Amino acid sequence: MILNSNDILETIKMIQEENLDIRTITMGISLLDCIDSDIDKACTKVYDKMMRLACNHVKTGEDIEKRYGIPIINKRLSVTPIAMLAAAAKGNPVKFAHTLQKVADETGVNYVGGYSALVHKGFSAGDRELIESIPEALSTTTKVCSSVNVGSTRAGINMNAVSLMGKIIKQASEATKEDHCFGAAKIVVFCNAVEDNPFMAGAFHGVGEADCVINVGVSGPGVVRAALAKMPDASIDEVADTIKKTAFKVTRMGQLVGTEASKMLGVPFGIVDLSLAPTPAVGDSVAHILEEIGLESCGAYGTTAALALLNDAVKKGGVMASSRVGGLSGAFIPVSEDAGMIDAVNNGSLCLEKLEAMTAVCSVGLDMIVIPGDTPDEIISAIIADEAAIGMVNSKTTAVRVIPAIGMKEGETLEFGGLFGSGPVMPVNKFSPAKFISRGGHIPAPLQSLKN
Amino acid sequence: MRAVIAVIGKDTVGILAKVSAICADAGANIMDVTQTIMQDLFAMTMLIDITNCSENYSDLADKLTKAGEEMALQIHVMHEDIFNAMHRI
Repeated sequence: MILNSNDILETIKMIQEENLDIRTITMGISLLDCIDSDIDKACTKVYDKMMRLACNHVKTGEDIEKRYGIPIINKRLSVTPIAMLAAAAKGNPVKFAHTLQKVADETGVNYVGGYSALVHKGFSAGDRELIESIPEALSTTTKVCSSVNVGSTRAGINMNAVSLMGKIIKQASEATKEDHCFGAAKIVVFCNAVEDNPFMAGAFHGVGEADCVINVGVSGPGVVRAALAKMPDASIDEVADTIKKTAFKVTRMGQLVGTEASKMLGVPFGIVDLSLAPTPAVGDSVAHILEEIGLESCGAYGTTAALALLNDAVKKGGVMASSRVGGLSGAFIPVSEDAGMIDAVNNGSLCLEKLEAMTAVCSVGLDMIVIPGDTPDEIISAIIADEAAIGMVNSKTTAVRVIPAIGMKEGETLEFGGLFGSGPVMPVNKFSPAKFISRGGHIPAPLQSLKN
Repeated sequence: MRAVIAVIGKDTVGILAKVSAICADAGANIMDVTQTIMQDLFAMTMLIDITNCSENYSDLADKLTKAGEEMALQIHVMHEDIFNAMHRI
Protein backbone atom coordinates (compact mmCIF):
# COMPACT_ATOMS: atom_id res chain seq x y z
CA MET A 1 0.00 0.00 0.00
CA ILE A 2 1.26 3.49 -0.79
CA LEU A 3 0.11 4.59 2.63
CA ASN A 4 1.68 2.98 5.63
CA SER A 5 -0.91 1.34 7.86
CA ASN A 6 0.97 2.44 10.99
CA ASP A 7 0.62 6.04 9.85
CA ILE A 8 -3.09 5.51 9.31
CA LEU A 9 -3.57 3.99 12.74
CA GLU A 10 -1.45 6.75 14.32
CA THR A 11 -3.69 9.43 12.82
CA ILE A 12 -6.83 7.65 13.99
CA LYS A 13 -5.40 7.25 17.49
CA MET A 14 -4.55 10.97 17.60
CA ILE A 15 -8.14 11.88 16.74
CA GLN A 16 -9.91 9.25 18.82
CA GLU A 17 -7.81 9.10 21.96
CA GLU A 18 -5.67 12.21 22.07
CA ASN A 19 -8.31 14.83 21.20
CA LEU A 20 -6.69 16.01 18.00
CA ASP A 21 -8.99 18.43 16.28
CA ILE A 22 -9.21 21.57 14.23
CA ARG A 23 -10.18 24.10 16.86
CA THR A 24 -11.70 26.65 14.54
CA ILE A 25 -12.18 27.74 10.99
CA THR A 26 -12.80 31.45 11.08
CA MET A 27 -13.94 33.46 8.12
CA GLY A 28 -12.63 37.00 8.24
CA ILE A 29 -14.89 39.53 6.53
CA SER A 30 -14.02 43.16 5.82
CA LEU A 31 -16.84 45.57 6.57
CA LEU A 32 -15.07 48.66 5.26
CA ASP A 33 -17.47 48.84 2.32
CA CYS A 34 -20.44 48.81 4.72
CA ILE A 35 -19.57 52.14 6.32
CA ASP A 36 -22.49 54.57 6.22
CA SER A 37 -23.36 57.76 8.05
CA ASP A 38 -26.79 56.30 8.83
CA ILE A 39 -26.32 53.54 11.42
CA ASP A 40 -29.39 51.59 10.30
CA LYS A 41 -28.23 51.57 6.70
CA ALA A 42 -24.77 50.49 7.83
CA CYS A 43 -26.28 47.60 9.83
CA THR A 44 -28.29 46.46 6.81
CA LYS A 45 -25.16 46.50 4.66
CA VAL A 46 -23.26 44.55 7.32
CA TYR A 47 -26.02 41.97 7.55
CA ASP A 48 -26.29 41.56 3.76
CA LYS A 49 -22.56 41.25 3.18
CA MET A 50 -21.98 38.80 6.03
CA MET A 51 -24.93 36.60 5.07
CA ARG A 52 -23.83 36.56 1.43
CA LEU A 53 -20.30 35.43 2.29
CA ALA A 54 -20.91 33.24 5.32
CA CYS A 55 -24.19 31.47 4.60
CA ASN A 56 -22.39 28.22 3.72
CA HIS A 57 -19.58 28.52 6.24
CA VAL A 58 -20.95 26.09 8.82
CA LYS A 59 -22.14 23.58 6.21
CA THR A 60 -18.71 23.61 4.54
CA GLY A 61 -17.03 22.96 7.87
CA GLU A 62 -19.33 20.00 8.49
CA ASP A 63 -18.67 18.58 5.02
CA ILE A 64 -14.92 18.74 5.61
CA GLU A 65 -15.31 17.05 8.99
CA LYS A 66 -17.07 14.16 7.32
CA ARG A 67 -14.70 13.90 4.42
CA TYR A 68 -11.51 13.74 6.46
CA GLY A 69 -12.94 12.27 9.63
CA ILE A 70 -11.47 15.11 11.67
CA PRO A 71 -13.58 17.13 14.11
CA ILE A 72 -13.79 20.87 13.50
CA ILE A 73 -14.97 22.19 16.84
CA ASN A 74 -15.85 25.80 16.03
CA LYS A 75 -16.99 27.66 12.96
CA ARG A 76 -16.66 31.39 13.49
CA LEU A 77 -16.62 34.79 11.85
CA SER A 78 -14.44 37.81 12.43
CA VAL A 79 -15.05 41.31 11.12
CA THR A 80 -13.37 44.69 10.72
CA PRO A 81 -13.15 46.47 14.10
CA ILE A 82 -16.63 47.88 14.54
CA ALA A 83 -15.22 51.15 15.93
CA MET A 84 -14.33 52.06 12.34
CA LEU A 85 -17.97 51.72 11.31
CA ALA A 86 -19.14 53.48 14.45
CA ALA A 87 -16.83 56.38 13.60
CA ALA A 88 -18.92 57.28 10.57
CA ALA A 89 -22.35 56.40 11.90
CA LYS A 90 -24.02 58.45 14.59
CA GLY A 91 -25.99 56.48 17.12
CA ASN A 92 -25.57 53.71 19.65
CA PRO A 93 -22.95 51.23 18.38
CA VAL A 94 -24.77 48.40 20.19
CA LYS A 95 -26.93 48.20 17.06
CA PHE A 96 -23.92 46.73 15.30
CA ALA A 97 -23.55 44.12 18.04
CA HIS A 98 -27.18 43.10 17.56
CA THR A 99 -26.61 42.82 13.82
CA LEU A 100 -23.60 40.55 14.41
CA GLN A 101 -25.69 38.44 16.78
CA LYS A 102 -28.42 38.09 14.15
CA VAL A 103 -25.86 36.96 11.57
CA ALA A 104 -24.42 34.44 14.05
CA ASP A 105 -27.88 33.03 14.77
CA GLU A 106 -28.80 32.72 11.12
CA THR A 107 -25.51 31.27 9.87
CA GLY A 108 -25.14 28.91 12.85
CA VAL A 109 -21.60 30.05 13.75
CA ASN A 110 -20.85 29.99 17.45
CA TYR A 111 -19.04 33.34 17.78
CA VAL A 112 -18.48 36.53 15.84
CA GLY A 113 -15.41 38.55 16.81
CA GLY A 114 -14.70 42.15 15.99
CA TYR A 115 -16.70 44.37 18.34
CA SER A 116 -13.32 46.00 18.67
CA ALA A 117 -11.35 49.20 18.79
CA LEU A 118 -7.66 49.82 18.17
CA VAL A 119 -6.56 52.64 20.45
CA HIS A 120 -2.87 51.95 21.11
CA LYS A 121 -1.88 55.51 20.24
CA GLY A 122 -5.09 57.35 21.05
CA PHE A 123 -8.85 57.45 20.65
CA SER A 124 -10.30 58.50 17.32
CA ALA A 125 -13.94 59.12 16.48
CA GLY A 126 -16.10 56.16 17.45
CA ASP A 127 -13.48 54.44 19.63
CA ARG A 128 -14.59 55.78 22.99
CA GLU A 129 -18.30 55.34 22.19
CA LEU A 130 -17.66 51.76 21.14
CA ILE A 131 -15.58 50.90 24.20
CA GLU A 132 -18.16 52.44 26.53
CA SER A 133 -20.89 50.39 24.87
CA ILE A 134 -19.06 47.07 25.33
CA PRO A 135 -20.79 46.05 28.61
CA GLU A 136 -24.23 46.64 27.08
CA ALA A 137 -23.26 44.96 23.81
CA LEU A 138 -21.95 41.85 25.53
CA SER A 139 -24.79 41.56 28.03
CA THR A 140 -27.49 41.83 25.36
CA THR A 141 -25.88 39.37 22.93
CA THR A 142 -24.52 35.86 23.40
CA LYS A 143 -22.26 35.29 20.42
CA VAL A 144 -20.46 38.60 19.97
CA CYS A 145 -16.87 38.98 21.17
CA SER A 146 -15.00 42.16 21.80
CA SER A 147 -11.35 43.18 21.89
CA VAL A 148 -9.46 46.40 22.46
CA ASN A 149 -5.83 46.98 21.54
CA VAL A 150 -4.29 49.34 24.09
CA GLY A 151 -0.61 49.15 23.25
CA SER A 152 2.02 48.21 20.71
CA THR A 153 5.79 48.02 20.46
CA ARG A 154 5.82 50.87 17.96
CA ALA A 155 3.29 53.10 19.68
CA GLY A 156 3.69 52.46 23.41
CA ILE A 157 0.76 52.02 25.77
CA ASN A 158 -2.32 54.24 25.91
CA MET A 159 -2.82 54.52 29.67
CA ASN A 160 -6.15 56.32 29.29
CA ALA A 161 -7.45 53.25 27.48
CA VAL A 162 -5.89 50.96 30.11
CA SER A 163 -7.67 52.90 32.83
CA LEU A 164 -10.97 52.77 30.94
CA MET A 165 -10.73 49.02 30.27
CA GLY A 166 -10.48 48.19 33.99
CA LYS A 167 -13.91 49.78 34.45
CA ILE A 168 -15.36 48.22 31.30
CA ILE A 169 -14.33 44.69 32.27
CA LYS A 170 -15.89 45.12 35.69
CA GLN A 171 -19.10 46.54 34.21
CA ALA A 172 -19.33 43.73 31.65
CA SER A 173 -18.99 41.22 34.45
CA GLU A 174 -21.62 42.97 36.58
CA ALA A 175 -24.03 43.21 33.66
CA THR A 176 -23.83 39.44 33.18
CA LYS A 177 -23.61 38.34 36.82
CA GLU A 178 -26.72 36.17 36.42
CA ASP A 179 -24.95 34.41 33.57
CA HIS A 180 -21.69 33.39 35.30
CA CYS A 181 -20.18 36.84 34.62
CA PHE A 182 -19.68 35.59 31.09
CA GLY A 183 -19.58 39.09 29.61
CA ALA A 184 -16.02 39.54 30.88
CA ALA A 185 -14.98 36.27 29.23
CA LYS A 186 -15.91 37.78 25.87
CA ILE A 187 -13.51 40.76 26.13
CA VAL A 188 -9.80 40.67 25.49
CA VAL A 189 -7.46 43.60 26.03
CA PHE A 190 -4.43 43.32 23.75
CA CYS A 191 -1.00 44.74 23.27
CA ASN A 192 0.31 44.14 19.72
CA ALA A 193 -2.98 42.57 18.56
CA VAL A 194 -2.67 40.55 15.36
CA GLU A 195 -4.97 41.14 12.40
CA ASP A 196 -5.52 37.52 11.38
CA ASN A 197 -6.21 35.76 14.68
CA PRO A 198 -8.88 33.05 14.23
CA PHE A 199 -9.34 32.44 17.97
CA MET A 200 -11.98 34.03 20.18
CA ALA A 201 -12.51 36.24 22.00
CA GLY A 202 -9.74 38.26 20.35
CA ALA A 203 -10.48 37.66 16.66
CA PHE A 204 -11.01 40.62 14.38
CA HIS A 205 -10.38 41.15 10.69
CA GLY A 206 -7.59 43.69 10.31
CA VAL A 207 -7.69 46.50 7.77
CA GLY A 208 -4.59 45.14 6.04
CA GLU A 209 -6.37 41.89 5.20
CA ALA A 210 -8.12 40.87 1.98
CA ASP A 211 -11.89 41.39 1.66
CA CYS A 212 -12.69 37.88 2.86
CA VAL A 213 -10.32 35.10 4.02
CA ILE A 214 -10.39 31.75 5.77
CA ASN A 215 -8.12 31.36 8.80
CA VAL A 216 -7.67 28.07 10.61
CA GLY A 217 -6.70 27.43 14.21
CA VAL A 218 -5.34 23.98 14.98
CA SER A 219 -5.05 22.35 18.34
CA GLY A 220 -3.55 19.26 19.87
CA PRO A 221 -2.05 19.49 23.36
CA GLY A 222 -3.16 15.89 23.93
CA VAL A 223 -1.17 14.67 20.95
CA VAL A 224 2.01 16.42 22.13
CA ARG A 225 1.61 15.03 25.64
CA ALA A 226 1.04 11.50 24.34
CA ALA A 227 4.15 11.73 22.14
CA LEU A 228 6.24 12.88 25.10
CA ALA A 229 4.81 10.16 27.34
CA LYS A 230 6.50 7.59 25.10
CA MET A 231 9.94 9.00 25.92
CA PRO A 232 10.23 9.35 29.70
CA ASP A 233 14.05 9.37 29.80
CA ALA A 234 14.84 11.45 26.73
CA SER A 235 17.04 14.54 26.94
CA ILE A 236 15.58 18.02 26.45
CA ASP A 237 16.92 18.12 22.87
CA GLU A 238 14.91 15.03 22.05
CA VAL A 239 11.86 16.48 23.77
CA ALA A 240 12.11 19.62 21.62
CA ASP A 241 12.56 17.53 18.52
CA THR A 242 9.51 15.37 19.28
CA ILE A 243 7.36 18.44 19.86
CA LYS A 244 8.49 19.84 16.51
CA LYS A 245 7.61 16.64 14.67
CA THR A 246 4.21 16.43 16.34
CA ALA A 247 3.46 20.09 15.65
CA PHE A 248 4.37 19.48 12.02
CA LYS A 249 1.76 16.73 11.67
CA VAL A 250 -0.94 18.70 13.46
CA THR A 251 -0.30 21.79 11.37
CA ARG A 252 -0.36 19.87 8.11
CA MET A 253 -3.88 18.89 8.93
CA GLY A 254 -4.80 22.54 9.53
CA GLN A 255 -3.24 23.47 6.21
CA LEU A 256 -5.26 20.76 4.45
CA VAL A 257 -8.53 21.82 6.05
CA GLY A 258 -7.88 25.51 5.35
CA THR A 259 -7.02 24.88 1.71
CA GLU A 260 -10.07 22.69 1.25
CA ALA A 261 -12.42 25.15 2.98
CA SER A 262 -11.09 28.04 0.92
CA LYS A 263 -11.61 26.05 -2.29
CA MET A 264 -15.16 25.01 -1.34
CA LEU A 265 -16.18 28.52 -0.28
CA GLY A 266 -14.37 30.30 -3.09
CA VAL A 267 -12.58 32.52 -0.59
CA PRO A 268 -8.77 32.97 -0.34
CA PHE A 269 -6.92 31.03 2.32
CA GLY A 270 -5.47 33.29 5.00
CA ILE A 271 -3.32 31.60 7.61
CA VAL A 272 -2.94 28.61 9.88
CA ASP A 273 -2.59 29.61 13.52
CA LEU A 274 -0.21 27.08 15.06
CA SER A 275 -1.65 27.11 18.51
CA LEU A 276 -1.85 24.50 21.20
CA ALA A 277 -5.28 25.39 22.53
CA PRO A 278 -6.36 23.33 25.53
CA THR A 279 -9.89 22.29 26.48
CA PRO A 280 -11.19 21.18 29.86
CA ALA A 281 -11.34 17.58 28.52
CA VAL A 282 -9.01 15.19 30.30
CA GLY A 283 -5.82 14.77 28.27
CA ASP A 284 -6.17 18.01 26.34
CA SER A 285 -4.12 20.22 28.60
CA VAL A 286 -1.02 22.38 28.07
CA ALA A 287 -0.24 22.14 31.80
CA HIS A 288 -0.06 18.36 31.44
CA ILE A 289 2.55 18.72 28.68
CA LEU A 290 4.70 20.79 31.02
CA GLU A 291 4.22 18.17 33.71
CA GLU A 292 5.11 15.43 31.23
CA ILE A 293 8.37 17.27 30.53
CA GLY A 294 9.18 16.81 34.19
CA LEU A 295 7.45 19.21 36.55
CA GLU A 296 5.51 17.92 39.55
CA SER A 297 2.84 20.52 38.95
CA CYS A 298 2.45 23.38 36.51
CA GLY A 299 3.64 26.54 38.25
CA ALA A 300 6.71 24.94 39.85
CA TYR A 301 10.08 26.57 39.14
CA GLY A 302 11.03 25.44 35.66
CA THR A 303 7.56 26.10 34.26
CA THR A 304 8.62 29.23 32.37
CA ALA A 305 11.62 27.44 30.83
CA ALA A 306 9.57 24.39 29.84
CA LEU A 307 6.89 26.61 28.33
CA ALA A 308 9.47 28.60 26.37
CA LEU A 309 10.80 25.35 24.93
CA LEU A 310 7.31 24.12 24.09
CA ASN A 311 6.23 27.37 22.47
CA ASP A 312 9.32 27.64 20.31
CA ALA A 313 9.26 23.99 19.22
CA VAL A 314 5.59 24.25 18.23
CA LYS A 315 6.40 27.22 15.99
CA LYS A 316 9.46 25.57 14.45
CA GLY A 317 7.55 22.43 13.58
CA GLY A 318 4.49 24.28 12.39
CA VAL A 319 6.21 26.83 10.19
CA MET A 320 7.53 24.16 7.88
CA ALA A 321 4.15 22.45 7.65
CA SER A 322 2.19 25.39 6.36
CA SER A 323 2.66 27.80 3.50
CA ARG A 324 1.11 30.60 5.51
CA VAL A 325 1.44 30.92 9.23
CA GLY A 326 0.03 33.72 11.31
CA GLY A 327 -2.38 34.57 14.08
CA LEU A 328 -1.17 34.07 17.61
CA SER A 329 0.75 30.83 16.98
CA GLY A 330 2.06 29.32 20.19
CA ALA A 331 0.85 27.67 23.36
CA PHE A 332 -2.24 29.08 25.05
CA ILE A 333 -2.50 29.05 28.82
CA PRO A 334 -6.14 29.81 29.62
CA VAL A 335 -6.65 28.76 33.22
CA SER A 336 -10.34 27.86 33.22
CA GLU A 337 -10.09 25.93 29.93
CA ASP A 338 -7.24 23.68 30.98
CA ALA A 339 -7.82 20.84 33.46
CA GLY A 340 -4.13 20.80 34.45
CA MET A 341 -4.05 24.56 35.10
CA ILE A 342 -7.19 24.36 37.25
CA ASP A 343 -5.60 21.59 39.35
CA ALA A 344 -2.38 23.57 39.64
CA VAL A 345 -4.27 26.61 40.95
CA ASN A 346 -6.26 24.49 43.37
CA ASN A 347 -3.21 22.72 44.77
CA GLY A 348 -1.44 26.04 45.31
CA SER A 349 1.38 25.67 42.80
CA LEU A 350 0.18 28.19 40.23
CA CYS A 351 -0.40 31.85 41.08
CA LEU A 352 -1.14 34.98 39.08
CA GLU A 353 2.48 36.18 39.26
CA LYS A 354 3.77 32.92 37.78
CA LEU A 355 1.17 33.09 35.03
CA GLU A 356 2.38 36.59 34.25
CA ALA A 357 5.95 35.32 33.91
CA MET A 358 4.73 32.52 31.64
CA THR A 359 3.05 35.02 29.34
CA ALA A 360 6.47 36.52 28.55
CA VAL A 361 7.44 33.34 26.71
CA CYS A 362 4.20 31.94 25.33
CA SER A 363 1.57 32.80 22.82
CA VAL A 364 -0.86 35.16 24.47
CA GLY A 365 -1.34 36.35 27.98
CA LEU A 366 -3.37 36.19 31.16
CA ASP A 367 -6.28 34.23 29.78
CA MET A 368 -9.54 33.12 31.38
CA ILE A 369 -8.44 33.96 34.89
CA VAL A 370 -11.13 34.43 37.52
CA ILE A 371 -10.42 37.09 40.15
CA PRO A 372 -12.48 38.17 43.18
CA GLY A 373 -15.59 40.18 42.31
CA ASP A 374 -14.63 43.04 44.62
CA THR A 375 -11.29 43.66 42.85
CA PRO A 376 -11.13 47.46 42.31
CA ASP A 377 -11.20 48.74 38.71
CA GLU A 378 -7.71 50.24 39.02
CA ILE A 379 -6.20 46.87 39.97
CA ILE A 380 -7.70 45.33 36.82
CA SER A 381 -6.27 48.27 34.85
CA ALA A 382 -2.86 47.75 36.45
CA ILE A 383 -2.93 44.03 35.57
CA ILE A 384 -3.60 45.10 31.97
CA ALA A 385 -0.76 47.66 32.10
CA ASP A 386 1.75 45.07 33.33
CA GLU A 387 0.75 42.57 30.71
CA ALA A 388 0.80 45.18 27.94
CA ALA A 389 4.29 46.23 29.07
CA ILE A 390 5.54 42.65 28.69
CA GLY A 391 4.16 42.56 25.15
CA MET A 392 5.41 46.01 24.25
CA VAL A 393 8.99 45.44 25.40
CA ASN A 394 9.27 41.91 23.99
CA SER A 395 7.63 42.72 20.62
CA LYS A 396 5.00 40.05 21.11
CA THR A 397 1.26 39.85 21.47
CA THR A 398 0.00 39.81 25.02
CA ALA A 399 -3.56 39.94 26.24
CA VAL A 400 -5.66 40.06 29.35
CA ARG A 401 -8.94 38.24 29.77
CA VAL A 402 -9.78 38.29 33.46
CA ILE A 403 -13.22 37.67 34.86
CA PRO A 404 -14.16 39.45 38.09
CA ALA A 405 -16.55 36.92 39.66
CA ILE A 406 -19.20 39.19 41.11
CA GLY A 407 -20.15 38.16 44.64
CA MET A 408 -17.41 35.52 44.87
CA LYS A 409 -14.25 35.35 46.94
CA GLU A 410 -10.94 33.53 46.75
CA GLY A 411 -11.26 29.78 46.93
CA GLU A 412 -14.70 29.65 45.30
CA THR A 413 -15.16 28.38 41.74
CA LEU A 414 -16.93 30.07 38.86
CA GLU A 415 -18.47 27.54 36.47
CA PHE A 416 -18.81 28.41 32.77
CA GLY A 417 -19.42 24.97 31.32
CA GLY A 418 -18.53 23.60 27.89
CA LEU A 419 -15.25 24.59 26.28
CA PHE A 420 -14.83 27.41 28.78
CA GLY A 421 -14.59 25.10 31.79
CA SER A 422 -14.55 26.43 35.31
CA GLY A 423 -12.24 28.82 37.06
CA PRO A 424 -11.09 28.89 40.67
CA VAL A 425 -11.16 32.48 41.99
CA MET A 426 -7.47 33.44 42.27
CA PRO A 427 -6.00 35.76 44.86
CA VAL A 428 -4.92 39.21 43.65
CA ASN A 429 -2.30 41.51 45.18
CA LYS A 430 -4.45 44.13 46.96
CA PHE A 431 -1.95 47.00 47.28
CA SER A 432 -3.30 49.96 45.35
CA PRO A 433 -1.99 51.15 41.97
CA ALA A 434 -4.72 53.85 41.92
CA LYS A 435 -2.40 56.83 41.66
CA PHE A 436 -0.42 55.29 38.78
CA ILE A 437 -3.56 54.44 36.83
CA SER A 438 -5.30 57.78 37.48
CA ARG A 439 -2.38 59.78 36.01
CA GLY A 440 -3.55 58.92 32.48
CA GLY A 441 -1.40 59.69 29.46
CA HIS A 442 0.81 57.46 27.41
CA ILE A 443 3.80 55.18 28.03
CA PRO A 444 6.30 56.01 25.26
CA ALA A 445 7.31 53.31 22.80
CA PRO A 446 10.39 51.41 23.94
CA LEU A 447 13.84 51.72 22.43
CA GLN A 448 14.49 49.01 19.87
CA SER A 449 18.24 48.85 20.37
CA LEU A 450 20.52 48.48 23.43
CA LYS A 451 18.50 45.35 24.27
CA ASN A 452 19.32 43.83 27.60
CA MET B 1 -10.74 10.17 -5.34
CA ARG B 2 -9.44 7.58 -2.94
CA ALA B 3 -10.36 6.92 0.65
CA VAL B 4 -8.96 4.84 3.47
CA ILE B 5 -11.12 2.50 5.53
CA ALA B 6 -9.60 1.60 8.89
CA VAL B 7 -11.16 -1.16 10.97
CA ILE B 8 -10.10 -1.70 14.55
CA GLY B 9 -11.57 -4.06 17.12
CA LYS B 10 -11.87 -7.61 18.37
CA ASP B 11 -11.23 -10.22 15.69
CA THR B 12 -14.33 -12.12 14.53
CA VAL B 13 -15.33 -14.15 11.50
CA GLY B 14 -16.34 -12.25 8.37
CA ILE B 15 -15.02 -8.74 8.96
CA LEU B 16 -13.26 -8.48 5.62
CA ALA B 17 -16.24 -10.10 3.83
CA LYS B 18 -18.70 -7.64 5.32
CA VAL B 19 -16.62 -4.54 4.62
CA SER B 20 -15.78 -5.59 1.07
CA ALA B 21 -19.44 -6.46 0.37
CA ILE B 22 -20.49 -2.92 1.31
CA CYS B 23 -17.75 -1.53 -0.94
CA ALA B 24 -18.80 -3.78 -3.80
CA ASP B 25 -22.46 -2.75 -3.47
CA ALA B 26 -21.43 0.87 -3.69
CA GLY B 27 -19.16 0.31 -6.65
CA ALA B 28 -16.02 1.25 -4.73
CA ASN B 29 -12.94 -0.49 -6.06
CA ILE B 30 -10.65 -2.00 -3.42
CA MET B 31 -7.07 -1.20 -4.34
CA ASP B 32 -5.13 -2.52 -1.40
CA VAL B 33 -5.71 -4.24 1.95
CA THR B 34 -3.38 -4.78 4.87
CA GLN B 35 -4.38 -6.46 8.06
CA THR B 36 -2.66 -7.46 11.24
CA ILE B 37 -3.80 -9.18 14.38
CA MET B 38 -2.06 -7.99 17.51
CA GLN B 39 -3.06 -10.42 20.28
CA ASP B 40 -6.83 -10.28 20.00
CA LEU B 41 -7.01 -6.91 18.30
CA PHE B 42 -7.80 -6.83 14.65
CA ALA B 43 -6.51 -3.89 12.62
CA MET B 44 -7.22 -3.60 8.94
CA THR B 45 -6.59 -0.73 6.56
CA MET B 46 -8.08 -0.70 3.12
CA LEU B 47 -7.50 1.75 0.27
CA ILE B 48 -10.52 2.18 -2.00
CA ASP B 49 -11.10 4.11 -5.18
CA ILE B 50 -14.46 5.86 -5.10
CA THR B 51 -14.22 7.74 -8.37
CA ASN B 52 -16.91 5.56 -9.96
CA CYS B 53 -18.85 5.01 -6.79
CA SER B 54 -22.64 4.81 -7.19
CA GLU B 55 -23.22 6.18 -3.71
CA ASN B 56 -22.04 9.50 -2.43
CA TYR B 57 -19.08 9.52 -0.10
CA SER B 58 -20.93 10.48 3.02
CA ASP B 59 -23.61 7.74 2.64
CA LEU B 60 -20.92 5.12 2.13
CA ALA B 61 -19.04 6.37 5.20
CA ASP B 62 -22.23 6.23 7.29
CA LYS B 63 -23.03 2.73 6.08
CA LEU B 64 -19.58 1.44 6.97
CA THR B 65 -19.58 3.10 10.38
CA LYS B 66 -22.98 1.54 11.09
CA ALA B 67 -21.79 -1.90 9.98
CA GLY B 68 -18.85 -1.46 12.34
CA GLU B 69 -21.15 -0.72 15.25
CA GLU B 70 -23.15 -3.88 14.53
CA MET B 71 -19.97 -5.97 14.69
CA ALA B 72 -18.67 -4.05 17.73
CA LEU B 73 -15.81 -2.64 15.67
CA GLN B 74 -14.62 0.87 15.03
CA ILE B 75 -14.69 1.66 11.33
CA HIS B 76 -13.29 4.99 10.15
CA VAL B 77 -13.57 6.22 6.59
CA MET B 78 -11.30 9.11 5.73
CA HIS B 79 -10.11 10.78 2.55
CA GLU B 80 -6.53 9.67 1.76
CA ASP B 81 -5.29 13.28 1.58
CA ILE B 82 -5.30 13.61 5.35
CA PHE B 83 -2.67 10.86 5.64
CA ASN B 84 -0.62 12.21 2.77
CA ALA B 85 -0.68 15.63 4.38
CA MET B 86 0.29 14.43 7.82
CA HIS B 87 2.89 11.82 7.02
CA ARG B 88 4.56 12.99 3.80
CA ILE B 89 6.74 16.04 3.39
